[in-house]
Amino acid sequence: MTAMLHVKDLRAYYGQVQALHGLEFELQEGSLTTLLGANGAGKTTTLRSICNMIRSTGSIEFEGKKLDNKSTESIVRLGIAHVPQGRGTFTTMTVEENLQLGAISRKDTKAIGDDIERMYAHFPVLKQRHTQQAGTLSGGEQQMLAVARALMLRPRLMLLDEPSFGLAPLIVRDLFKILGKINREDKVSILVVEQNAQLALELADKAYVIETGRIVMSGTADEIANNEDVRKSYLGY
Amino acid sequence: MELFTNQVLAGIATGAIYACMALAVVMIYQAIDHLNFAQGEMAMFSTFVAWQMMQWGIPYWGAFALTLIFSFVGGIVIERALFKPLAKAPVLTHVAGFIALFAIINSVAGLTWDFTIKQFPSPFGSSPFLGSQLISTHQAGMIGVTIILLVLLFIFFRYTRVGLAMRAAASMPESARLVGINTSWMIALGWGMAAAIGSIAGMLIAPVVFLEPNMMGGVLIYGFAAAVVGGLTSPLGAVIGGFLVGVFENLVGTYIPGVGNELKLPIALALIITVLVVKPNGLFGRAIVKRV
Repeated sequence: MTAMLHVKDLRAYYGQVQALHGLEFELQEGSLTTLLGANGAGKTTTLRSICNMIRSTGSIEFEGKKLDNKSTESIVRLGIAHVPQGRGTFTTMTVEENLQLGAISRKDTKAIGDDIERMYAHFPVLKQRHTQQAGTLSGGEQQMLAVARALMLRPRLMLLDEPSFGLAPLIVRDLFKILGKINREDKVSILVVEQNAQLALELADKAYVIETGRIVMSGTADEIANNEDVRKSYLGY
Repeated sequence: MELFTNQVLAGIATGAIYACMALAVVMIYQAIDHLNFAQGEMAMFSTFVAWQMMQWGIPYWGAFALTLIFSFVGGIVIERALFKPLAKAPVLTHVAGFIALFAIINSVAGLTWDFTIKQFPSPFGSSPFLGSQLISTHQAGMIGVTIILLVLLFIFFRYTRVGLAMRAAASMPESARLVGINTSWMIALGWGMAAAIGSIAGMLIAPVVFLEPNMMGGVLIYGFAAAVVGGLTSPLGAVIGGFLVGVFENLVGTYIPGVGNELKLPIALALIITVLVVKPNGLFGRAIVKRV
């Protein structure tokens, strides 16, 4: 297997403050990989560095192409969909316009309508609300809209930043089920950042643990889930 | 009563110009959250370009189309050269930039075409419209053009992918980048469209006020008033605001003794301040439905 995403010696900065200290990890094509870590460990920063939304040094390669000096929008156009923390919903636009925006960089405009229907099949609640202003959706619905919008890109890789944040546990279960399905059926590789370690490890095949801007542990999801330290620090039992 | 109808109609006709200017103001305000003080001068310059082309013998509609293209490209060039580098700068820097642009365009126009007033033709003529003494064909034409412009903009923003991308870039730039929209070019496109719309306003008003480098000064203030009344974020609001300001200005000038023509301009300013104090979002400002 070849690595689809290759991150080497990644250092990121917020002004003078260094948030990542030489982070290294890779993601295999077709895999669902999770980055675990406490608040402030650098998970969000890692995702933002991949999309070049913050100043960083080091090397990030996606399918053999260097991303370091590319703009956010051209990185997205390579097939990397980023669902940011806070979901990035276009709150003043309708649900359907949000989905169309997800596909705005695509050239094959004819297939977009079909893809919107596919999203409605994945997330029936979005169909019911398709003319509604997206800002009026509930948190869970907005998160589904954010995932659906990201999928409208027909991404090769999807970056998800804390998809469980602020959602009721039952809704989180549903959402993660759908993510698993998308990963398997639509062959979308997924890199998910989570504080809800238990859930993320159930879903993922590969996991990394970040502490203060460095990878401190890596392995298959099972290995990580059974590790004594991880259980104590992140799983709480 | 006839005086009243007359004044309302005349108000709607001049209001069409304010509406055009307000549309241009709103386009740039949406893109960069600032009022472009040089909008009027850009429109004036475009009108001179049209005049020059007609002097060279190009027929009206040919010159009109070429001027639209020139203004569109010019607007993009101004954004790329002057305002893109200022994208993250504070408000005052922008204001200084707008004033500099105002002074530069005004002087260059004066230098090139001097300050004597020039006749500018109307494509609609100036005979009575449908035999009515109240409104001329040129005034009717101005109203028609403004409404056509509004409809075209509505279709563009509502039904085209570029329009959707522009709206997204204006409302949530970071999310827009994350779906692959080049927000920086969307701003440039907004400038180009605003410059083109402004040039239409300039070419429509030049037959009325005569062409000279300072012709847009008053008009732009009314355009700002119209945009503020309409809410700064809504093209429809800008147009309705334009008509309201035109009618209001005429009625106050006619019926309130002592106002006359001399004090018409302060009315626009008073209107701006009143709206900002009483209803800061304007009549048609963006209403965002919030969950409670």
